[in-house]
Amino acid sequence: MTDSLLKISGLTMRFGGLLAVDAVEFEVKRDEVFAIIGPNGAGKTTVFNCVGGFYKPTTGSILMEGKPIDGLPSHKVARLGLVRTFQNVRLFKSLTVLENLLVAQHMHVQTGLLQGLLKAPSYRKSERQALERAGEWLEFMGIRALANREAGTLAYGHQRRLEIARCMITRPRLLMLDEPAAGLNPQEKQDLQALIDRLRREFGVAVLLIEHDMSLVMGVSDRIMVMEHGKPITTGLPAEVRTDPRVIKAYLGEE
Amino acid sequence: MTKSNFSNALIAALMAGVLVAPVFGLQIVSVGLKTSLKPQWNMILAGMAIVFVFQMIRPWLRALAGRRMALPALPAMTEAGRHKAIVFLILVSLVWPFFGDRSQVDLATLVLIYVMLGLGLNIVVGFAGLLDLGFVGFYAVGAYTYALLYHWAGWGFWEALPFAGAMAALFGFLLGFPVLRLRGDYLAIVTLGFGEIIRLLLTNLYSLTGGPDGISGIPKPTVFGYPMLRRAPEGVTTFHQLMGWKFDNQDVIIYLYLATLCMVFFTLFVSTRVIRMPIGRAWEALREDEIACRSLGLNPTRIKLSAFTMGATFAGLGGAFFAARQGLVNPESFTFIESALILSIVVLGGMGSQVGVILAAIILTVVPELAREFAQYRMLVFGLVMVLMMMWRPQGLLPVKRPQVELKV
Repeated sequence: MTDSLLKISGLTMRFGGLLAVDAVEFEVKRDEVFAIIGPNGAGKTTVFNCVGGFYKPTTGSILMEGKPIDGLPSHKVARLGLVRTFQNVRLFKSLTVLENLLVAQHMHVQTGLLQGLLKAPSYRKSERQALERAGEWLEFMGIRALANREAGTLAYGHQRRLEIARCMITRPRLLMLDEPAAGLNPQEKQDLQALIDRLRREFGVAVLLIEHDMSLVMGVSDRIMVMEHGKPITTGLPAEVRTDPRVIKAYLGEE
Repeated sequence: MTKSNFSNALIAALMAGVLVAPVFGLQIVSVGLKTSLKPQWNMILAGMAIVFVFQMIRPWLRALAGRRMALPALPAMTEAGRHKAIVFLILVSLVWPFFGDRSQVDLATLVLIYVMLGLGLNIVVGFAGLLDLGFVGFYAVGAYTYALLYHWAGWGFWEALPFAGAMAALFGFLLGFPVLRLRGDYLAIVTLGFGEIIRLLLTNLYSLTGGPDGISGIPKPTVFGYPMLRRAPEGVTTFHQLMGWKFDNQDVIIYLYLATLCMVFFTLFVSTRVIRMPIGRAWEALREDEIACRSLGLNPTRIKLSAFTMGATFAGLGGAFFAARQGLVNPESFTFIESALILSIVVLGGMGSQVGVILAAIILTVVPELAREFAQYRMLVFGLVMVLMMMWRPQGLLPVKRPQVELKV
C-alpha cells in the first residue's frame, strides 16, 4: 500500500528466556492515529523501544516508508522522523522549558564551531529562528508563560505537554506517545485528545499511541491493536475492538 | 540543654577517643634496638574533650548558622554594569603585576593555569556531566608536547603551543571512544586509569621523555621572536637589548603572566560562547538525560567526544604554559592528586559556573601558599573544606544562574 508510513512484520523481542514481543505485525498509515492497548506487561512499550531503535529486535522487520530501520541507532531513527515520548516523562529537568525546545532542534541547526564563536550572521539567524519556533510551539501548547522556568518545576500536566512540544519541534512524521494520559486529570485528558486531533490535522503527523485510558483511545484512534502476553490478539476499528470477546477476556479475565 | 544531647556528646567523645588513640595516642619510642609504644593519654583526652564540647554546643552553632547563612551570589547587575565590572577586572589583572612582587606574580601565573584547567574540566564534568578523574593526563600531554618539541626539535613556545593544544585534543578524542558507553562510577574509574597510564608512559619511555628526571631547561616564551634572556646566544638579539632596557628577571615573570592571562581570556571567551551554542546546550541535555537526547536525534557519541576534546584542549594549552613556567617537566607533576585538585576547583566553584571556577582556582591555589607553615596539614584541611562544602553548600560557591537565554513572555 502506498500510504503506509510504518510497517512492522514478524517483530519478536526476546530477553533471555522471556519472550516479550512475539510475532507482532501492524501498519501505520499516513495521518493515522494507531493505538496499541493491552494489559500491563503485554509488551507495548517493548514494541515502542524496538521501533525507536532503543532495542534491537531479535527478529522481524521494521520498515519506514519501505526502508528498513531495524537495527539503526535511536538517534538515526529520530532523524528519519520517528520521535517518541516516554511513559515517565523524560525532560531535561534542570534546563528551562525554552532550552528543552532549543535542544530538540539540534538536528536541524547546522552551525560550525567557528561561526558560533564569531557569532556569524548565519549563526545569529539560525539561533533566532530556533527561538521563534520554540516560542510558537509554547504558544501552541499554551505554556508560553512558563518559558523561562526550569522544566523540572512544572506541573505534571505541563511537563507532558512540553514533552509533546519537544517532539513536535523536531518535525516528526510519526509521533509515538507512550501513555500520554497517565497522571492527567479528566480535564487534561480531554485537552490531550483535542491536542492529538489538532496535531494530526494541522501538522499531518501520524500518531502511534500506547494508552490505558479507554475513553481517550476510543475517541482519538482510527485503528487499535490489542496485545496480550506479547502477542497481538486483534487489530481493528475502535467499535470492533470494543466488542471483540477476546479483548474482553484479556481485560476482564474468564468468567 | 536536653539529656539526649548530653548522652549524644558523651558517645561522640568516646568514639573520638577510640578513633584518636591509634593515630595520636601512641608514640613510637625507640631506645637503642628496642622499640616500644608509649601511650599519650593527654592527647587522647584533649581530643575527646574537644569533640565533647563541640557536640554540646552544636545546637547553638546550628541555630547561629541557620540565621546568617545568606549564600553568596553574584549581585544582580544590569548588562551595562556587568560590562563595566568585567572591563575593570580585566584592567586590574593586566596592571597589577607591574606593582606586585616577583613571587606573587609567579603564583598568579599558576592560578591562571589552574583557571584554564578548571574551565576545561568544567566543560567535561560541569556541562556534559562526564566525571573525569584523569584530567591531569591531558595537562601532561600538553606540557610534554612543548617540552619534547623543544628538546628534540628546538621549537619555541609559540610554535609549540597550538600543537600542545592539538595533541591534548587528540588524546581527549581517543580517550572518548572507549568510554562512550560508560557513565558515572565506571567512567570515573576508566579515566582515572587513563591519567595513570599517561604518567607511567612518561616515566618509562626513558629514551624519549627522560623518564623520572623529565626534561629541563625549557625556555620561556619569546616576545615576537626576541628571547627574554640575560645573555643571548651568538647572533640573537634579546628583548632587553632591543628595548634598550636593563635585564630584569621580574620582566620575564610579568611577561609570562601576561601571556597566560591572554590565554585565559581566550579560553574564557571560547567556553562562554560555546556553552550558549547548540553544542553547549546539547552537553547539558546529555548530562540530564541521555536517552531523551537520543530520542530527539542527538548523537551522543559526537556530543561526548566534542566535550572531551574541548576540555582536553584547554588542559593541553594549560600544560604548555606550565612547562614554560617551571622550565622543567617530570612525571611527578602529573599525579592523581592534580586531577583531584582540578576536580575540586570545579566542584568548589559550582559545577558549570565559570565565575565560580575562577574563584575556586584562586582560593585553592593561593590559600595553600599563604599557609606554607601548615604544609603538612594541607591535605587534611583540604579534605575538611570539601566535606563541609558538600554538607552545607553542595551547589558550590557560585552556582550557575539560569537561564542563559530567555524568551519574553
